[in-house]
Amino acid sequence: MSLLQLQNLTKRFGGLVAVDDVSFEVPQGAIVGLIGPNGAGKTTVFNLITGNYRPDQGDILFEGRSIRKLPTHKIVALGIARTFQTIRLFPKMSVLENVLAGCHCRTHAGAVAAMLRLPFQKREEAAALAEAHAELAFTGIEHYADQVAENLSYGNQRLLEVARALASRPRFIILDEPAGGMNDFETAALIRIIRRIRERGITVLLIEHDMNLVMEACEHLVVLENGANIAEGTPAQIQADERVIEAYLGVEED
Amino acid sequence: MKDYRPVVYAAFCVLLLLAPFFLNAYWVDVLNNVGLYAILGLSLNIILGHAGLFHMGHAAFYAMGAYTTAIINTTYQIPVLWLMPISGLVAGVLALVIARPIIHLRGDYLLIVTIGLVEITRIALVNNIFGITGGSNGIFGISRPEIFGFRIRRPEHFFFLIWGFAAVTVFLFHRLENSRFGRALNYLREDETAAEGSGINTAHYKLIAFVVGAVWAGMAGNIFAAKMTIIAPESFNFWESVILFMIVLLGGRGSIPGVILGAFLIAGLPELFRQFASARMLIFGAIMIAMMIFRTEGILPPRPRRYPAPASGGGEGAS
Amino acid sequence: MDFFLQQLTNGLAVGSIYALIALGYTMVYGVLKLINFAHGDLFAIGAYLGLTLLTAFGLTRFLGPLGVVIVLALMVMGLVAVVGAVLERVAYRPLRQAHRLSAVVSAMGASIFFQNALMLIYGARYKVYPHDILPKNVVSLLGVEVPLVRLLVLLTSVLMMVALYLFIQKTRIGTAIRAAAIDQRAAKLMGINVDRVIMIVFLIGPALGGAAGLMVGLYYGQINFTMGWMYGLKAFTAAILGGIGNIPGAMVGGLLLGVIEAMGAAYLSIAWKDAITFIVLIAILIVRPTGLLGERVAEKV
Repeated sequence: MSLLQLQNLTKRFGGLVAVDDVSFEVPQGAIVGLIGPNGAGKTTVFNLITGNYRPDQGDILFEGRSIRKLPTHKIVALGIARTFQTIRLFPKMSVLENVLAGCHCRTHAGAVAAMLRLPFQKREEAAALAEAHAELAFTGIEHYADQVAENLSYGNQRLLEVARALASRPRFIILDEPAGGMNDFETAALIRIIRRIRERGITVLLIEHDMNLVMEACEHLVVLENGANIAEGTPAQIQADERVIEAYLGVEED
Repeated sequence: MKDYRPVVYAAFCVLLLLAPFFLNAYWVDVLNNVGLYAILGLSLNIILGHAGLFHMGHAAFYAMGAYTTAIINTTYQIPVLWLMPISGLVAGVLALVIARPIIHLRGDYLLIVTIGLVEITRIALVNNIFGITGGSNGIFGISRPEIFGFRIRRPEHFFFLIWGFAAVTVFLFHRLENSRFGRALNYLREDETAAEGSGINTAHYKLIAFVVGAVWAGMAGNIFAAKMTIIAPESFNFWESVILFMIVLLGGRGSIPGVILGAFLIAGLPELFRQFASARMLIFGAIMIAMMIFRTEGILPPRPRRYPAPASGGGEGAS
Repeated sequence: MDFFLQQLTNGLAVGSIYALIALGYTMVYGVLKLINFAHGDLFAIGAYLGLTLLTAFGLTRFLGPLGVVIVLALMVMGLVAVVGAVLERVAYRPLRQAHRLSAVVSAMGASIFFQNALMLIYGARYKVYPHDILPKNVVSLLGVEVPLVRLLVLLTSVLMMVALYLFIQKTRIGTAIRAAAIDQRAAKLMGINVDRVIMIVFLIGPALGGAAGLMVGLYYGQINFTMGWMYGLKAFTAAILGGIGNIPGAMVGGLLLGVIEAMGAAYLSIAWKDAITFIVLIAILIVRPTGLLGERVAEKV
């Protein structure tokens, strides 16, 4: 069964139809790419999945269950994590603390437990710290753990967002232009990380303009244009698709 | 560079502890006021400093605690200090009810609504709401607190009650800051969307921040009522909220030592310059502007939290 | 009916004063996204300057009542405008790039500063305007006797608001102000001198606020250094009520709030008069934060 199913999703902003009757599925364990020209509605689809926006029509099923009406933090708790196109870290906090934000939904100690330093709170805190360090090591930025997040390079800030998302122990991760602002070397490392994420059993959905990354990393692609789903298939099929070529040649990219 | 802070803090604590043995009653009372402001400032710090919510109605929660104590004590003669948890609870419940519809308001809208809140509270108290607040004259005849049969009545007795409570507050809030809870508040202060997207229930944490702050303000209100034995609406007007707001901002948002320093500067310093008493608010205003332009983060901004180095894998340690 | 009409005209007169002050809040909010907390105190400064000028030059010896009021209004508006511009230059411009909280706190600092400056200069007690300046006539309106002054306050405010509205809609500077309110960066790229626009907004807003202060002095006859706080909050509520950043909204909001307050005081409880304002404010913010005329904007993620 598909992990995620989008069914006839529509979202309007005033008179603009940002997402127009989009349906597609993300199979369990896959790496799926969502591509299309700028303004095609890709990020809006992400924002609908994660509950930042509410769809006007249609439904979103995660493991067969509708998540259309859930608040964002509950969607994260169900196992969907994301990164943001415009990097949204906690800029004045340390790299480690940024990752600990991801651990939040898997831990429980509240204000009273913190004041009393209950034994379970201490164990939980130690476990979360270990997990955060492990995710930093996984994304290869463990040496920056004590630095302030805003001082990291652009590429490392993107990796930090990935680490933060992974720390919430997702089954499904959504990456919004993860290679944006990265050089070729960093992008190659990112592709390896994305594959290793899948090896951990986490399904990946990503938006990316870097066609090398998309063609190399994804095994299934969904193409959006003007909010509508115009093609779907393997990278090879998409590269040969008339409508896709037209969409990309017709609209100037970037 | 060597870190001198622990030495400075220790010296401060020793000096403070010895102060009532050297100062006259007037100055001890000044220190008591500073202590109350420090407790209130620390409680506001949870809301304003850590969660970043522009809350300028803290005096309403303070009033709630003080009036709860005053009304129950004068009506049922229940000892004042027993009423401390009840005062905190009442203020906390009030915060829960009031904050729920307004916490989603952003920045300056929240500021203005909380100002409205403190004004409505004051007007309600003046109008003798439910016939129990005594109108603009307030409530008098609140009994003195007792601990194990010892009657607290002189300023130096109150000194130890107030600063003892302040010490407990510092101890607990320090732990609170350095926890999952404290971090969650900071996440939502830094970027609410990112916090929610990382799985943090931001609405819940805003609410709890309000409740924790209100509970503490309510307990401070209890001590205030016990110290004054008479309370009136004018003690809880809008300017009281402004002063608390300034204590947190001037000292350093999110910084315990900063807030305590802020309490000394704003509640204590003017006493040293009584000859300028009439001009002191004027000077305050000018300082507020200058602070925002030249040192936005306050005098003693918080230091980054420290975490133990990772157990395995050659971490960098505390370099 | 008589009582009702009295309250209605009274509410409209007070509301028109709120509206004049609200315009200053809303214009500044429009271009800077800042609540100028010191605006209410600029209004109070207007009231005090009016009193000083009135008594210092003995204007009443040379001019008739109308002449006195016009000369006085022009002087007060000019002076308060200068104070407003200085305030912007000193307390707000250095914080243009800073966190929004910083500017709000700076504004509160300015408010405290002005209020206490007034207290130090004029003293803490109520000051009384000479009460022989304006005629005491009453006019009959629909069979109800209404003080002439009340109608004059309403009329003058409405004239000023119409003038402002035309200025904003029809002139080049007005267009620049509207452009800067929509998108400061784009306006800058289009060659609009945003610094100048902000300066102009800080001249017009305080000038209107100063005029409102003078009106309160002439209408009620007594002023106090803390008056800026209450009037400021009410005017701000009016601005929110109409939709902050929206100029016609401030006008409508002001008049509406004046009437709500007058009716509340008359038919509910005079003691709760000030609380009514806040309850309206909170209700609006919870139910419709964009105000009556404001537009809903989707938050960008």
